[in-house]
Amino acid sequence: MPTHLTKHSRRLLRGTVLVCALALGATACGDSDDGGSSQKAVSEADIQAALKEGGTITVWAWEPTLKQVATDFEKEHPGVKVDLVNAGTNKDQYTALQNAISAKKGVPDVAQIEYYAMGQYALTKQLTDLKSFGADKLSAQFSPGPWNGVKAGSDGVYALPMDSGPMALFYNKKVFDKYDIKVPTTWAEYLDAARDLHKADPKAYITADNGDAGFATSMLWQAGSRPYTVDGTKVKIDFSDQGAKTFTGTWQQLIDEKLLASVPAWTDEWYKGLGDGSIATLATGAWMPANLESGAKSASGDWRVAPMPQWKAGDKVSAENGGSALALPELGKNEALAYAFVEYANAGDGVQTRLKNGAFPATTADLQSTKFQDTAFPYFGGQKANKIFAESAADVPDDWSYLPYQVYANSVFNDTVGKAYVSGTTLAEGLESWQEASVKYGEEQGFTVEK
Amino acid sequence: MTSPVATASDRSAPTSSGTSGSAPRLRTPRRRHSADRPRRSVLLTVLTSLVLLYSLVPLVWLAISATKTQEGLSRSAGLWFDGDFALWDNITETFTYDDGVFTRWLLNTLLYVGLGAGGATFLAVLGGYALAKFDFPGRRSVFAVVIGAVAVPGTALAVPTFLMFSKMGLTNTPWAVIVPSLISPFGLYLMWVFATEAIPTELMEAARIDGAGELRTFFRVALPLLAPGVVTVLLFTMVATWNNYFLPLVMLKDPDWYPLTLGLNSWNQQAATAGGEAVFNLVVTGSLITILPLIAAFLLLQKYWQSGLAAGSVKE
Repeated sequence: MPTHLTKHSRRLLRGTVLVCALALGATACGDSDDGGSSQKAVSEADIQAALKEGGTITVWAWEPTLKQVATDFEKEHPGVKVDLVNAGTNKDQYTALQNAISAKKGVPDVAQIEYYAMGQYALTKQLTDLKSFGADKLSAQFSPGPWNGVKAGSDGVYALPMDSGPMALFYNKKVFDKYDIKVPTTWAEYLDAARDLHKADPKAYITADNGDAGFATSMLWQAGSRPYTVDGTKVKIDFSDQGAKTFTGTWQQLIDEKLLASVPAWTDEWYKGLGDGSIATLATGAWMPANLESGAKSASGDWRVAPMPQWKAGDKVSAENGGSALALPELGKNEALAYAFVEYANAGDGVQTRLKNGAFPATTADLQSTKFQDTAFPYFGGQKANKIFAESAADVPDDWSYLPYQVYANSVFNDTVGKAYVSGTTLAEGLESWQEASVKYGEEQGFTVEK
Repeated sequence: MTSPVATASDRSAPTSSGTSGSAPRLRTPRRRHSADRPRRSVLLTVLTSLVLLYSLVPLVWLAISATKTQEGLSRSAGLWFDGDFALWDNITETFTYDDGVFTRWLLNTLLYVGLGAGGATFLAVLGGYALAKFDFPGRRSVFAVVIGAVAVPGTALAVPTFLMFSKMGLTNTPWAVIVPSLISPFGLYLMWVFATEAIPTELMEAARIDGAGELRTFFRVALPLLAPGVVTVLLFTMVATWNNYFLPLVMLKDPDWYPLTLGLNSWNQQAATAGGEAVFNLVVTGSLITILPLIAAFLLLQKYWQSGLAAGSVKE
């Protein structure tokens, strides 16, 4: 696969997005007072009428289980056609979406957006505030982390949560048993386990990390750091709090003692490591089982799930990693129909369909249901892993917020913090330069940035 | 492709790089080296073998890996087979996975290659012939533009082209891939050089004297003479369009219009999303299927292609 070219083209594409985002941000950031309240309410009757009348809606999403949901939805409402388009995953899709919005042409009616990217669209009013559809009444249905994500730091509701990623520690039990290593319950024990494992088998590493923005922010979240404060167009970025120090203190030791495999996540090499036991743990979101099952098939039965190691023994604090929601871009058409689909997929019958196909829910009722919690995972040797995930979901502090331009910030993570993994720079210094880069970009975009 | 290496290794080559004429002859005298029977060099043979190996190893890897399951890919060594031989399963699954979208991508690619590369070749032949055989004002400036255009990589033009096509409302349609593919400055240049050498002006004059019009002269007299060059240009544009990645990436958002390159990449990316299914075995098998038509084209058109490259290099 032409990975080199991909990287190159991404960079080029990123350049175009930034220009677009800049132009849009400058015009749209100013009018942050109006919006939500001025929109006219859409009643349940309006939605029903739209469903009866029928039509076509375009949905940009890469989430695999939506395919079945769209089919079911079409069956239930014969006049409606759901055009499900995979316009690229993650950043690629955001690029496409931003381009379409800039061109005011080809904007989808529904778009999948991850929580970390939500702010960028919400703040610039590129998404419809779903309060006009009464979405705010659904708040009790969703677990706190994801719901906080779709609110994007303001009082609007810019999407309905589709899935969530409360974190847990996935570990290779076979490897742990082989070397008689105890499953860590704190990060201090994790560090010891990393040392013991690497000493016992120099080819094995506790985990693979060569600098991943999503992982780092989740770890900061769990460690109690709150680097980003967002109030409208006023932003504060500060990586000097105690939480950040807690995280870098431990992680720096893992880097210094060369206890981390330098394998980029999501590559075939990474999957290989997960399969053959040379990467022994993974602290990540609860959506991981599906990826493990298809990507590291050969290790079926070896892996187990444990609660996230804690920073303080006896604590119960978790964080979210990944997860996404379905939003209605402001420029999309057929709003009532689009909302009907989003509600069906994320708060209605669609949820069960998606659960059945391996998605991880954001709805508390499903998280708490015995059927969900008693599901045995053959991949995890029959373990009822959902119990751990559900508990983790409840333990996520809901006061975390991302930057309104987190997509950009994450894109420069490797140029700043990433250096700590390959050179003499420390993680703390890396975070400092990440902060500088983020502050600089924010100011260029017209935000008032406080350090 | 393999013949020079094979014949070089089964005969003993001269022992050193010293000239064979001065060395004492112990064995039966050999025929002198000539243009038809060039002297063999161990060093060259070894170097060529290394290069050949270097270029073949990825293909071998691809062919072997296509026989493995997703599990087998990570469990076995890259250059040898895994226990399960899953080539047929992989091929079947490649064509049926995701509602058989691979077939659609294959047809798209064929469409882009057919119209894009075919059209590019046609235009290059017309242009090259005109520039080589007709004298008209501005010929030199056309030459400068073509040479300049050869130097600009297509990737650099993709974003400006996107903005232009977006204005015209052509993005996300097949035309956005086909129209830019129609332009092949290198093909035009090649055709031009070829036409200058391959068509004797006297022959055209003779045709005109016999009463043939310009079109008739072109199609009946010039085109058959140009055939090797046309095949060469066709191969070049075909490979370029078949492998084109960045242009469709920028232009297309609807997977229904993806060519194979983009489609395979989207399968590859799938493994990197939450809850997405890793289908590396299908990506590998799909890649193998993707290059087969190109290999076939090269083998089938080799005869024309080789004579095409050599044309114009020797005074007849």
